[in-house]
Amino acid sequence: MIHLDGLTKRYKKTDRNAVDGISFDVRAGEFFALLGPNGAGKTTMISILTTTLSPTGGTASIDGHDIVREASAVRRIVGIIFQRPSLDMNLTAEENVRFHAILYGLYPYAPTYGLMPAAYREQVQGLAALLGIAAELRKPMRTFSGGMRRKLEIVRSLMHRPKVLFLDEPTAGLDVPSRRTLWEYLTTIRRESGTTVFLTTHYLEEAEEADTICIIDQGKVVSFGTPDRIKSDLVQEYVLVDAEDRGRLREELARLELRSDGGGPFRVHVDSRHTHAALKAIDTPLTLVRTHMPSLEDAYLEIVGKVSE
Amino acid sequence: MSEVAAVLTLAHRDLIKLLRDRARIVSDFAFPLIFIGILGTSLQSGFGSSTGINLLHFVFTGVLAQTIWQSTALGVISLLMDREQDFSQEIFVSPISRYSIIFGKILGESLVAFPQFIAILAFGIILGVPFTLEKIVALIPAALIIAVYGGAFGVLVLSRLENQRQANQIFPFVMLPQFFLAGIFNPIQNLPWFLDILSKIAPMRYAVDLMRDVYYAGGPSVPIFDLPTNLAIIGVEFLVFIVVGTAGFVRAERNR
Repeated sequence: MIHLDGLTKRYKKTDRNAVDGISFDVRAGEFFALLGPNGAGKTTMISILTTTLSPTGGTASIDGHDIVREASAVRRIVGIIFQRPSLDMNLTAEENVRFHAILYGLYPYAPTYGLMPAAYREQVQGLAALLGIAAELRKPMRTFSGGMRRKLEIVRSLMHRPKVLFLDEPTAGLDVPSRRTLWEYLTTIRRESGTTVFLTTHYLEEAEEADTICIIDQGKVVSFGTPDRIKSDLVQEYVLVDAEDRGRLREELARLELRSDGGGPFRVHVDSRHTHAALKAIDTPLTLVRTHMPSLEDAYLEIVGKVSE
Repeated sequence: MSEVAAVLTLAHRDLIKLLRDRARIVSDFAFPLIFIGILGTSLQSGFGSSTGINLLHFVFTGVLAQTIWQSTALGVISLLMDREQDFSQEIFVSPISRYSIIFGKILGESLVAFPQFIAILAFGIILGVPFTLEKIVALIPAALIIAVYGGAFGVLVLSRLENQRQANQIFPFVMLPQFFLAGIFNPIQNLPWFLDILSKIAPMRYAVDLMRDVYYAGGPSVPIFDLPTNLAIIGVEFLVFIVVGTAGFVRAERNR
């Protein structure tokens, strides 16, 4: 669905690439998370993929449409939730939705809600019922809570049934409960519509649900794969063991061909499936056994930490 | 068809935003009223008899043109400033043509300038600026031409700017000198040659002169150029501004 080949962007008057030769593919219907610290190039990538910024090198396409040569076709099939709210606060919720619908050519222009086609009014009422804002539909946007505004943006962005929905840090600035309900809502929508979701975030727990995670830093891909693969590839699982007789333990670990390091306690590199067998094989009385199973957050910090060192 | 709908939608949004923003309405109306009420009236009472023309009427026609022209010009330039805010972000990623964005914005800002035109006109009548009904009717198309012309100038400036900081920096150099070069408050018939050249370059001058052509029609010879000359100059500049400005804007927009 999304194909990137050596995508590069260098902003004017800068001496390093904000996006530096990135290549990957996102399958249709996939939930793809682009993860990285601030300034890693996430928003730049979204801007390029949604055609508001030209790349300086490489190519990219969405559903077979080149993002440079067929920008208009691309815009038609993508939806985007921006990092900063894209609602006009002086307009009502309905006006915000109506203007979007007309810009995407879904309905002809009409100056008032009442003059819009019946199909539009039905669709809007349906959306309002879904969000539980039927009564507030004609009220100015500024009377809505932050979480509700975000939901309305998502509903609006799905009106033209995009094949790919880009979400640029959609939960930034929301409190924890709003973040959670928004996330549940998005999961439901994704399941029902089958839309490919391309998410950028620096909240790890949001990325942990993704089918594929791509971690970028300073414009480069530093890790790519399923959340499990990223965990297992990048942060080693190990068991920390120690004994009073460290010499004997060291010899025994070597004899058992268990890879280890440290002068005591020893880090024994076994994955969780083989921990039990490894411990059973050790005869030396142990004074310490501690398993280390990294969370994705550990993996992320490790990766980003490594890159910036 | 959907492009026309998009243009109308963008214009509609601008108008609604103005009507619901009380602080902006107050500030949009306050300045012209201060210029005309204080500057025009005091100039007339101080120097009016020595110049042979009524300076209140002179300032009134100048400010009327300047307000409309500047309102649309700045409105269009604001496209640059709010590209990363509110609904404007949606506009840039929507499948409509970039030309529709420009035309929608010019149309919208012209609609926004229109209530200001009415308010200034009403204020002029209160201050005793003489009007006939025919004159008021004739001023309406003049105001529309000036609004659209200001919008085109806005597009040209917009295409040369990269961000809001730049816009703020160049604003005093682009707008303020034109106040004097265009002869809003001061006659510009007898300028030194270098100011005369600058004055002839200043686009606002032709907007002001066009307004005076219409207002003073059949009266004192206050305008510098006649109506057809001003219309011809405005027409040519409008086309150049729109074509060069839009092309530059579309290119600059994506090649940041």
